Amino acid sequence: MSNSHNPSGVAHRDPGRTTAPARPNRFRRALNRARTWLPGLLLVSPSILLIGVFVYGMIGWNTRLALSDKHAPVQDGDFVGLVNFVALWQEARWPAAVGNAIVFTVVFVGGALFMGWLLGLLLDKGVRGEAVFRTLFLAPMAVSFIATGVVWRWLMNPAPAERATGLNALFVHFNLDFLVNDWWTAPDLGMAAMALPAIWQLAGYIMALFLAGFRGVPEDLREAARVDGCSEWGVYRHVVMPQLRPVLLSAIIILGHMSLKVFDLIIAIAGQQIIADVPAVYMWAMVFEVRDPAKGATIASYLLFAVAVFVIPYLVWTVRKERSEGR
Amino acid sequence: MRARRWSVAAGALGLVLMASACGDGGDGGGGEQVEVFSWWTGGGEEAGLNALIEQYEEDNPDVEFVNAAVAGGSGTNAQAVLEGRLQSQDPPDSFQGHAGAELQDYIEAGYLAPLDDFFDEQGLHDALPDQLVEQITYDGSVYSVPVNIHRSNVMWSNPTVLEEAGVDAPPETLDELLEALEAVSEETDAIPMAVGAQWTVSHLLESVLLGSLGPEGYNELWEPGASWDTPEVADALGTFEEIMEYTQEESAAEDWQEAARRVSDGEAAFNIMGDWAAGYFDELGALPGEDYDWSASPGTDGTYMWLSDSFTLPEGAPNEEAAMTWLELVASQEGQDTFNPLKGSIPAREDADPARYADSPYLESTLEEWQSGPELAGSFWHGVTVGNRWKNDIDTAVGLYLGDGDTEALNAALNEAAQSE
Repeated sequence: MSNSHNPSGVAHRDPGRTTAPARPNRFRRALNRARTWLPGLLLVSPSILLIGVFVYGMIGWNTRLALSDKHAPVQDGDFVGLVNFVALWQEARWPAAVGNAIVFTVVFVGGALFMGWLLGLLLDKGVRGEAVFRTLFLAPMAVSFIATGVVWRWLMNPAPAERATGLNALFVHFNLDFLVNDWWTAPDLGMAAMALPAIWQLAGYIMALFLAGFRGVPEDLREAARVDGCSEWGVYRHVVMPQLRPVLLSAIIILGHMSLKVFDLIIAIAGQQIIADVPAVYMWAMVFEVRDPAKGATIASYLLFAVAVFVIPYLVWTVRKERSEGR
Repeated sequence: MRARRWSVAAGALGLVLMASACGDGGDGGGGEQVEVFSWWTGGGEEAGLNALIEQYEEDNPDVEFVNAAVAGGSGTNAQAVLEGRLQSQDPPDSFQGHAGAELQDYIEAGYLAPLDDFFDEQGLHDALPDQLVEQITYDGSVYSVPVNIHRSNVMWSNPTVLEEAGVDAPPETLDELLEALEAVSEETDAIPMAVGAQWTVSHLLESVLLGSLGPEGYNELWEPGASWDTPEVADALGTFEEIMEYTQEESAAEDWQEAARRVSDGEAAFNIMGDWAAGYFDELGALPGEDYDWSASPGTDGTYMWLSDSFTLPEGAPNEEAAMTWLELVASQEGQDTFNPLKGSIPAREDADPARYADSPYLESTLEEWQSGPELAGSFWHGVTVGNRWKNDIDTAVGLYLGDGDTEALNAALNEAAQSE
């Protein structure tokens, strides 16, 4: 608001040039200029203010907590630097949780990308009733992770063959006993199984992204390649796929940040157990059960950092692209 | 788009603020109400609470009772909500908490008022077992009124499976238990010892520690600075490891209900779980003595590993007088005998009327044992002997052990948890 008076204020502070006849003119010009940007600023200022306080202000508050020794809600907490950040790596639980999150992320992002790409490709090649398939594949998106988790918790029951239920029972029924496995309760790569429900849920969404990408490639280009003697696979390999890089990047970022902060799916399937521990669950336990603000904030900072690794390059890339396109 | 969403959010926020401001004004003006916070929102717990509320409203027709119960997660959701209210100095008039060290954080934060005078006035020192009062005393004061008692060290067994395995009676010592587990695994197809998710293993651990160390040795573990790096603890953990070998592979995917159900369905021989399982067996329609039986977990006969729900008086409670009448009700014999048969637990007071528990064979027998003056040991998993941080450290150690099976690392981690308190 005060910005609108600023131009006249500048004029006052410059006595040498302030001549009486010039003033109304300058003022009018400043006012005209303000007309172009002021309404826009007023329109977005509530948003800027709220995001500033409730997002960036809170990030700042969280960072301050993480750098303090406020290990109980009633302590004041002094600045201790990066002590909390280092201490986490010296315990047994944190590295295990990070390892779990990495396994989950790799399998989930890789699996959802592959499945989404494959489904998109199949639909792009044209199947009868495409709209039906598209809806079917997209439908899991409408389900919450909690509901998905409850169902998959039952499907992925790790009981051995003689007591099998869920998918294991299916394997036993078809005499595929060698497929009966521990699912997410397997000690080392159990988190890979934990990623299956997430892949199931998100593959349809990735399919939609890829399908839009495929459709965005002009038919002329494909025709040209075919005329030049390119095989159908070659058309995809050399003409269509290279143009899908932006889609791929968006998909990786969307999946990656979801994966790093996964919480509800884990809670629905495993509850709070070390075997399926991830940083977000650990943070929840520290904040709401142990009531250790500093440690919870430290884990939150690591989570933010991990997500930023995905998001910031994306933002940089978007800004650059918009500039190069002259927007 | 985003700006619009934010302005909508801002508008909503404004409305909420206005509404809460109005709400506060109303509360302050009336004064004739009492707000009681708990996580009793379902099953027998809710029925018990409602019976208490009815009684309260009958005794105090001028006071409006506000039931501020928060559902979910055996109290974890409620505790998160409560923490926020206490920090913003908006306490309820009384809130539920597990008696014992779990309240320590609140006491240290100055959220709770001591209830020593109340205990004297109400004669609770006589009505409650001495050892119970001693175990809920913090720095010479008591801060909560225990309304019920649950027992943690109960072993549930299936008589048919035991007979098939040639085990005549439920084992009374840990050595006998190991023999029985061996017999069950060789003679039958049943799971010898059913457990569930990680927390039920922590629950099993406390019963094994008590059975191996005895009540005195067990209670000493929770003294400040007590060492866990002893041959006795190592021995107990060795037994624990042997018992764990007889548990089912898929336990991590099950909660306590599934593990308990396996016993009453004849899929498992034993399960060590708190006595809320008795209420669950009733729900399932299982018959005591036929589908399931109970005994003290091996080596703990004559000792009651207890946990208790209790009510507190927060510092700065808006309606302190009404809160005191609520505490009087939950402390009274009448109140406790109204609440407990419905909740499926027994009163903390020793002068309960056994006739009111005659419907449940389990409650009848356990009440008799409670009134005969057993040794008392506090359950660590249910927050009697350890605060939240220590409990979480133990649970983490147990979880890591379930992953790597390294008993020495478990012992070291348990010792470190005790030392860092």
